[in-house]
Amino acid sequence: MSAPGLSEHPAARAMVARHRLRAWEPLPWILAFGFYFAFPNHLGFGTDLLIMILFALSLDLALGYAGIVTLGHAAFFGAGAYAVGLLAHHGVWNEPITGLVIGAAVAGLIGLISGLTLLRTTGLTLLMLTLCTMALLEEAANMGEKYTGGFDGLPNLPIPPLFGLFEFNPLYPRVQYLYVLGVLFVCFLFVRMLVYSPFGQSLTGIRENVLRMHAVGAPVNWRLITCYTISAAIAGVAGALWVQTNTYVNLTSLGLDRAATVLIILVLGGYGRLYGAFVGAVVYMALSHFLAKVYPTAWQLGLGLLLMLIALFARNGVLGLWDRLMGRLLSRRAPP
Amino acid sequence: MIVGTDILSMLLGGLAAGMVLFIVSVGLSVTMGLMGFVNLAHGAFAMLGGYVIVLTMRYWGIGFVPALALGFVVIAAVSIVFERLLYARLYRASELDQVLFTIGLVFFMIAAVTLIVGPENQQLMLPSWLQGQLDLGIVQYRTYSIFLIVVGSAIALGLWLGFERTRMGAQIRAAVDNRRMAESLGINIDRLFMLTFAFGSGMAAIGGGLGAEFIGLNPQYPLIYLVYFLIVVAVGGLGRVTGVFFAALIIGVLDFALKKYLPQGGTLFIYALAILLLLWRPQGLFGGKPT
Amino acid sequence: MIGKFILASALATVACLAQAQEVRIGVNLPYTGIGAELAQQIDRGMEQYLKLNPVKGYKITIVKRDVKDPSGGNARNVIQELLTQDKVDVLAGWVYSPNAIAAAPVVNAGKKLAVIMNAGTAHITQMSNYYVRTSFSMWHAGYTMGEAAAKNLKAKTAVVGFTDFPPGKDMLASFRRAFEASGGKVLDEIPMGSAGAVPDFTPFFQRAKDKKPDVFFVFVPAGDHSSAVVRTYGALGMRAAGIKLIGPGDITQDNKLQGMGSAAVGLVTMHHYHADLTNAENQRFVASWKKDYGADSTPDFMAVGGYDGMAAIAHAIRATKGKVDAEEALTALRGWKFASPRGPILIDPETRDIVMNQYLSEVIMKNGRLFQNTIATFENVKDACKALKIPPCK
Repeated sequence: MSAPGLSEHPAARAMVARHRLRAWEPLPWILAFGFYFAFPNHLGFGTDLLIMILFALSLDLALGYAGIVTLGHAAFFGAGAYAVGLLAHHGVWNEPITGLVIGAAVAGLIGLISGLTLLRTTGLTLLMLTLCTMALLEEAANMGEKYTGGFDGLPNLPIPPLFGLFEFNPLYPRVQYLYVLGVLFVCFLFVRMLVYSPFGQSLTGIRENVLRMHAVGAPVNWRLITCYTISAAIAGVAGALWVQTNTYVNLTSLGLDRAATVLIILVLGGYGRLYGAFVGAVVYMALSHFLAKVYPTAWQLGLGLLLMLIALFARNGVLGLWDRLMGRLLSRRAPP
Repeated sequence: MIVGTDILSMLLGGLAAGMVLFIVSVGLSVTMGLMGFVNLAHGAFAMLGGYVIVLTMRYWGIGFVPALALGFVVIAAVSIVFERLLYARLYRASELDQVLFTIGLVFFMIAAVTLIVGPENQQLMLPSWLQGQLDLGIVQYRTYSIFLIVVGSAIALGLWLGFERTRMGAQIRAAVDNRRMAESLGINIDRLFMLTFAFGSGMAAIGGGLGAEFIGLNPQYPLIYLVYFLIVVAVGGLGRVTGVFFAALIIGVLDFALKKYLPQGGTLFIYALAILLLLWRPQGLFGGKPT
Repeated sequence: MIGKFILASALATVACLAQAQEVRIGVNLPYTGIGAELAQQIDRGMEQYLKLNPVKGYKITIVKRDVKDPSGGNARNVIQELLTQDKVDVLAGWVYSPNAIAAAPVVNAGKKLAVIMNAGTAHITQMSNYYVRTSFSMWHAGYTMGEAAAKNLKAKTAVVGFTDFPPGKDMLASFRRAFEASGGKVLDEIPMGSAGAVPDFTPFFQRAKDKKPDVFFVFVPAGDHSSAVVRTYGALGMRAAGIKLIGPGDITQDNKLQGMGSAAVGLVTMHHYHADLTNAENQRFVASWKKDYGADSTPDFMAVGGYDGMAAIAHAIRATKGKVDAEEALTALRGWKFASPRGPILIDPETRDIVMNQYLSEVIMKNGRLFQNTIATFENVKDACKALKIPPCK
């Protein structure tokens, strides 16, 4: 029972080492760069994919780490999108980088307000509350058509060149792709730091056992609200990026379709593990994109089947499946 | 008197819409309450049922009421197959895996129905005795709405009796309130769940057929109306037949009244209403047990 | 001149002998989701044109892409890929207006002819100089119906019910403007839910019934809403109360009409097409359609948008000898006239929008089926939104 003995325990070692950089962690970024050179004609799709990764990453913070099951995350995506879109359309402000900050701030504020009221509930009630809040925002945007453009949206938003130098070309979105990749990288570093910080550990504690966290005196509700606000702000950044790269925004940025898609992507990849957002977005987006290209009318059949199979056989997504396979492989190799 | 008939017709219209909501949602509420299973594919069974009902009426020429019964039987049987082969594997999985599976099932069914039947709306041909208007003495009203209110009330009464007066009903209530306790008393939860699942899906099928006259029936049905069903279940409280009944009626009537008197507000009010109700009673209006 | 002609035809023959020149057409349509049925109509319309009027001497390749939803983002990517990966010569499709609006910058950058086969928001043809529209603007039917309601139907008062999204609001604005200019009065304007899900129309129709107007003008998007509208109208006894249901042809969409039952008899609509038009082109079109897709299947105004769109593309191909250079193609299409199943059409040389007849029709029962009987024809109708310069139209 001596202290040095305990710290030598494999579980303890894993615990201590888990925030360290693993050898494969640069891989996604290398692949993302490779994509830029390998598929110069797919960069529009690539840009959307990166934005979806960022959006799923923001959801992972709330759902995967803090256990807040929400079906209304597009509310924050849309809030960030409309913040940037409205300012650009009405000629107030359109510089890209500061636009991201504004998008994050607006979405974060809405996250804070809704978090204060909604996070007292759990389960189906919370699911429906987040969903209804998002629907409320969507209907408000529809009714304020005079300003928001409603269903037809705000067209042709004037987004100036990045840093005053790099133009966003609509036909060959190279600049957009690299810009989004850069922002995703920065946000990812932030989220990674956050989840391995004491704050992130306490979130996991809340997810796993709320009662115990209350018992040890952790300010559970505030931790949840803080996490939800940060998650909302990052979703706002994703929305802002979407508007800037599309130079367009309409009601669907706030819709259930988007909220459901990001949830599917995260669960598909594996939640609560940072890279689930990457894997899920790549699998889902690539599959639906290329299936839809080959079978424009029937692609949902294949996608639906895949989701069912993953749910039935993988448990916690593609990464969960990977872990189980690796676990089996390692235990077979290890001496009995 | 004008105001009187005005309000009466509003109540009738709202109740009729509420009855459809009730019939579709009740199965969802009970299965979610019983197993905590998040079945987002519930509306897909309503859609399949609607297709069975409409298509058998069209091609085999059977009557509306027999077609409803057939829809119930077919979908209940189909759902047992799904339950045994697929759903049963996921009872112990996390609710998010259940969400992923059921959404996948919805996509699959939408695509399959689109491929087999086609993307277009299917029209239900009501028998002539259900078309037109009925004179109720005080007010003339859409015959079909009155039919829905009568049928919905009868179903609700039957379910209530079944829930309160039969052995199986007592078992379900016990299992909703405390599953572990019920299991330790020797109640076979899996079997109970299979039966309620089949019954709930069959009810959804009837609801899909009954609602087709108002809200149409096409492959997208399971996605576009899912939110309404979920709101009813959440507001009613999980696993409560009476809760779902009153929640559906309240939402049906209020939605109708708001649309009639404040159409400029769009869907704003109904969502705001749902939020207020859920903040006020997070367990639903009629749900008792804090989880 | 003659020498040039001989040379050209000689070259054409050589080209023909060597290999038919390929023209690639990139089609963007919502093949899945709530617009899937509309996409099918347009798809078949294009197919029927090519079948009935083969474009000889050219090999036409159609690349179909699903835009999934009206978010703008997907359509933008699809069009970008059609231009940069598939190297298409012509773009076509667009069911949802938001997608035409969002894609305009890409179309401008791609510099290819772009034929809009449905999207009806009035001002979208102004968003790109490469857009040519062969479908309609909301103002075509709405404005003409506003005049006809007052003059032909002798209505003094109207209530307008509309699906609460931009085409609905366009329809409201165009009808009200023309109806009130012709001496009528709009008593109430009722937004009736969103375009996605079909709402229960009963509360809205009861509100309209309480106002006791002469006519109830209803716009709902093509697709699933229309039969619910007609049934609710019938079931609430509005006809007995002396209220006539009128609207654009969306509420009597041909492929929904037969399923509406006797409640549809007496409906009066204004539109640029219905399948019961008696011109020779239409009879040929409908007969071929029914032969290919079944006797129960009927083309509707979506299909004719696809048919005429393909006709415009075929004209552009011939006029540019298969190169389909955008500027040349646009020059050829400005002022282009065509005998369509919907009657004579013209592409307005200034706006690149369609000029066509509008038909005032009444649904009657004929030989046991519902039939759209044309009461009056309004010839060569232009998009009133642009003609009157009502913002955002210029």
